[in-house]
Amino acid sequence: MDATSSAFPENSRRALADERLQEALHRLADGFPARRREAVDRLPEFDQLRAQARAVKDHVLENLDSYLERFAAKVEEAGGHVHWCRDALEARQTVLRICRDAGARTVTKSKSMVGEEIAINEHLEAHGIEPVETDLGEYIIQLRREAPSHLIAPAIHLSKDQVTETFKAAHGEFPVGRRLDEPRAMLDEARTVLRKRFVEADVGITGANMIIAETGTAVVVTNEGNADLTMTLPKVHIAITGIEKVVPTLDDAVTVLRLLARSATGQDVTVYTTFATGPRRDDDVDGPDAFHVVLLDNGRSALMESDFRDILRCIRCGACLNHCPVYSAVGGHAYGWVYSGPMGSVLNPGLVGIEEAHHLPNASTFCGACEEVCPVGIPLPKMLRHWRERAFRARAVGATGRAGMRAWAFLALRPRLYRAVTGAVMAVLGALGRRRGRFRRLPLAGGWTVARDLAAPQGPTFISQWAQRRRERS
Amino acid sequence: MSSDSPNVALFVTCLVDLMRPSVGFAAVKLLEDAGCAVSVPATQTCCGQPAYNAGDRADARAIARQVIEAFEGFTYVVAPSGSCAAMIKIHYPGLLADEPGWAARAEALAGRTHELTQFLSDVLEVDEIAAQYQGIVTHHDGCSGLREMGIKEQPRALLGRIGGLALRESPKAEACCGFGGTFCVKYPEISAHILDEKIDDIAATGADTVIAGDLGCLLNIAGRLKRRGLAVKARHIAEVLAGSTAAAIGEP
Amino acid sequence: MSTAREQILGNLRKALGRGHLSPDREAQLDARLSASGGAVIPARGRVEGQARITAFCDEAARVGTTVARVPSSAAAPAAVADYLAEHDLAADIRLAPDPFLADLPWSEQAALSTSAGPARPTDTVSVTTATAAAETGTLVLASGPESPTTLNFLPDTHIAVLLAETIVGAYEATWSAVRAADGPLPRVVNWITGPSRTADIEQTLLIGIHGPRRQHIVLIDGQDT
Repeated sequence: MDATSSAFPENSRRALADERLQEALHRLADGFPARRREAVDRLPEFDQLRAQARAVKDHVLENLDSYLERFAAKVEEAGGHVHWCRDALEARQTVLRICRDAGARTVTKSKSMVGEEIAINEHLEAHGIEPVETDLGEYIIQLRREAPSHLIAPAIHLSKDQVTETFKAAHGEFPVGRRLDEPRAMLDEARTVLRKRFVEADVGITGANMIIAETGTAVVVTNEGNADLTMTLPKVHIAITGIEKVVPTLDDAVTVLRLLARSATGQDVTVYTTFATGPRRDDDVDGPDAFHVVLLDNGRSALMESDFRDILRCIRCGACLNHCPVYSAVGGHAYGWVYSGPMGSVLNPGLVGIEEAHHLPNASTFCGACEEVCPVGIPLPKMLRHWRERAFRARAVGATGRAGMRAWAFLALRPRLYRAVTGAVMAVLGALGRRRGRFRRLPLAGGWTVARDLAAPQGPTFISQWAQRRRERS
Repeated sequence: MSSDSPNVALFVTCLVDLMRPSVGFAAVKLLEDAGCAVSVPATQTCCGQPAYNAGDRADARAIARQVIEAFEGFTYVVAPSGSCAAMIKIHYPGLLADEPGWAARAEALAGRTHELTQFLSDVLEVDEIAAQYQGIVTHHDGCSGLREMGIKEQPRALLGRIGGLALRESPKAEACCGFGGTFCVKYPEISAHILDEKIDDIAATGADTVIAGDLGCLLNIAGRLKRRGLAVKARHIAEVLAGSTAAAIGEP
Repeated sequence: MSTAREQILGNLRKALGRGHLSPDREAQLDARLSASGGAVIPARGRVEGQARITAFCDEAARVGTTVARVPSSAAAPAAVADYLAEHDLAADIRLAPDPFLADLPWSEQAALSTSAGPARPTDTVSVTTATAAAETGTLVLASGPESPTTLNFLPDTHIAVLLAETIVGAYEATWSAVRAADGPLPRVVNWITGPSRTADIEQTLLIGIHGPRRQHIVLIDGQDT
C-alpha cells in the first residue's frame, strides 16, 4: 500500500472528528485491556514466560541466519518449498508465479500483515486472480476497499451499520429486503458466502505467526477457523511471513503461544492453533498437494543493525496498540501505513523511511504503557526516541520546533543568561496573569492554549527567591 | 541542623522554578522538617529532557554534564517530579555511557537521585505529616514516575497521613494525561483528546482536588479543567503535604 | 542457491558483525534443537490424575466446549446420539476413518446413520478422536489417513471422542503423542479450544463463523470400566 504517514496530523484530525470511529475506539479501549488483565491475573507465571520468550527471541536474532537455513532445510525435507524474497516486489512476484503455476482463478486468504505489507491482493487482482479475504474483519474491509486499522481487529473502526450497508451492497444473491441489523445475521450471511469461496479456491494464502526451525513448521492462529479452511481445501498452501518469525523448537513456540492470545484478546489461547508442516502425505486423504513458505526481508535485515533490533522480537499481539493513548485517540488508519500504534511507529520508519514516517515516532507522549504490556519486553519508547534522533539529524522535523528546541538548550547551557531571560519573562507574565491566575490566550503559546488555559507563573522564580532568602538569613 | 543530617540538593526542575516556586518551597519544608540539610545549586536550569525527547542528543548530553557537575558532592539529589528525576536516574547513564569519565559520574548521580515522595517514604521513612487538608482528592499517576521510577504507593501512603483528606481512587489513575512535553503543542488535537478523557475521569471520581507529583501533568490538567469551567482544583503533592497556602494552579 | 537467499543471509551476518557461525556454535544450536524442557511450565499444566481431568473439563467449559463424560467406549455412540437429539441436529454423522471409532457400537443407535472419510461440504456432524492438554482445555488432533483435517473444520458440529488417560497437563507433553520417532511432524497438528468465534463486528463475541458452531467432547473416563 502507499504510505500516507507524512499526513499524520491531517489524518489524525479527521479521525478525531469521526464520531463512529470514536465510538469504535472506545469499545476497543473498554474491552481488550481489561480482558488482558484478567488473563494475565489467571496465569501467575506470566512474567516468567515473558522473560523466557524474550530470551528465546534474542537468541534467535543472534543466530537468525542459521535458524533460517535450518528452517528451510526442514521444510524441504517435508516436501515443501521455501522462497526467499528481498523485498515486497519479489514476494508479490513469487506468490503470483505460484498461483499461475497452479492455474488459479480464485485465492482464499487468511489475515496476514505481511500480505498487507507486500500489497498482495492488489497484485493478484491486477493479474486476473481474485483474492478473497476470509477473516470476517478482513473480508468486510476488503469489500469496502479499506486497509486494516488494527493488527488483530482489522475492522475495529467500523460500526455494525456500516457492515450492514457493505453486505447489502456486496451480496446481491440475497433478498434485498432481508433483515441484516444484528451481528448474528451478518455473521451467518458471511459464513454462507465465504463457505462457497473456501470450497472453490485454487490456492490458499495464510500468514504465519511463527515458523519453527526444528520441524519446518508454520504456526498459524485464528479464532474463526478461516486459516484452516484456507490452507486445507485448496491444492496449494502458501504461507507468507517475515524472516524474524522463526523460533528454534516446538517448545519455544509454546512459550510464545502462552503469551500471544493473552496479550492480544485476553484469551488463554486462540480457538485454533495450527502447526502446518509440508504438503499432504502419500496416505493422507485431504490437505494441499503443495506447501510453499515465502520468507520476506523487506528491510528487516537492515533493522537488525544496532538501535532497532529489539522490534524484531515483536509477535504482533497488538497489546501496545490497545494500551496506547495516541492509538486509542486516532485509530490505525491515521498512521498511514500497514502497522500502527507504538510497534508501527517503530517499524514503519524502518520499512518506508524516516522522511515519510517522521511524525509517527514523534506522535507519542512517552507514557510507557506499551513497554509495560509488551509480552516480549520491547523498549518501544526508547526506540521511538532513537527514531527522533535520526529525524532530528536528518532535519526531518519542522524548522520552527527545531529552532525553539535549540534555543531552549542554548539557554539551559548558560545558567546566568537563563536566569536573566526567564526571570524577566516570568516577572512580566506573573504580573499580567496575577488577576485571573491564568491566560486564555498568549502569543507563541497557541499550541497550548488552543485547548487549555495556561496557569500564570507565580512571579519571581524559585532560584531568585531562594537566593534572596539565603541573603536575608546570612 | 546537626552535622549528621542528610545532605540533600534540591533539583527544583525548570517548571517549578519558573512557574510555581511554591512547590519548591514546599519540597524544602518537607525535607527540612524531616531533618535534612537542603541546598539548591544555583547553576541548575533544566534536566535536558526536552532536548533528549526531541532527538537532540548532543544538547541533551551537554545539559546532563552540566547537571552532573552542579549536583556532585551531595549525599542525595531530590526532585519534586517523577519525570525529571527519571531523566537523571534512568536516562543520564545511557546518554553518557560512551563518554569516558562521564559514564561513572552519571551512574553515581543516578544512584543518589530520588523523586520527592519516594525519598520521603522509602529513604527517610517519614510517617508523620503535620498538614491538614479538608477535601476529597484523587491522585493522578504521572507516567514517568509510575513506569520508570515505580512511584505508586509512596504518594498514597503520605496522603493517607493527612488529617481531613479523603482519597478517592480512579480506576484510570494510571492513564496518561496527554501532556508528553512538546507532544502537547506538536499534536494539540490528539493531546486535547487524551486530556479530555483524563478530565472526564477525574470529574467522575467526584473529587474536589486532583493531586499529582509532576507539574507538567498538573499544568496540563489544570488548564483544561479551567477551560471547561470545572471547579476541581489541581495541586502538586508537595504543596498538599507541606500545607502550602498558595492558590491552586491557575487560580488567582 | 538463489541470490536472494544469499543476499538476505549475508545482510543478516553483516548486521550481526560476523561471518558464518563457527562449527562449534552450530553444534550448540544443534544441541539446543534436540534438547527439551528447561521451559517455564505453568502450574496449571502440571496437575495430575483426576484433578487433571477436572481441570481439563473446567477449562473446556470456559471456552464453550461441552463435555459428556461416559464410563466406557461402548457408551460413546449413545452419548453422541443423545447430544444430537438434545440439540435437534441431523443424525447423519461423518466418522474419521479410524479403527477405534469403527469398532464402536454405532449400529445400536437406530437414529444414527454413519459414514467414514474426509469431510464433504455437505456433512454437518463429524466425529473424530483426539488427545488433549488440560492447561487450557485444548483438543489436539494430528492429521493422517485415520484423521482427515477437514473433519475438524467443515461440519457445523464437531464431536471429539477423548480417552481420559490421553489428557496431558501442559502443551509440551502433547508433542510425544503426535510425533513419530524421527521423520517429519504430521502434515498438520490442530489445537482446538472451543467453537469457532469472532468479535470483528463491534467487538460483539459471536460463535460459529467459519469452523464448527458447536464443539463437543465425549470423554471416556476409563476409571469406571
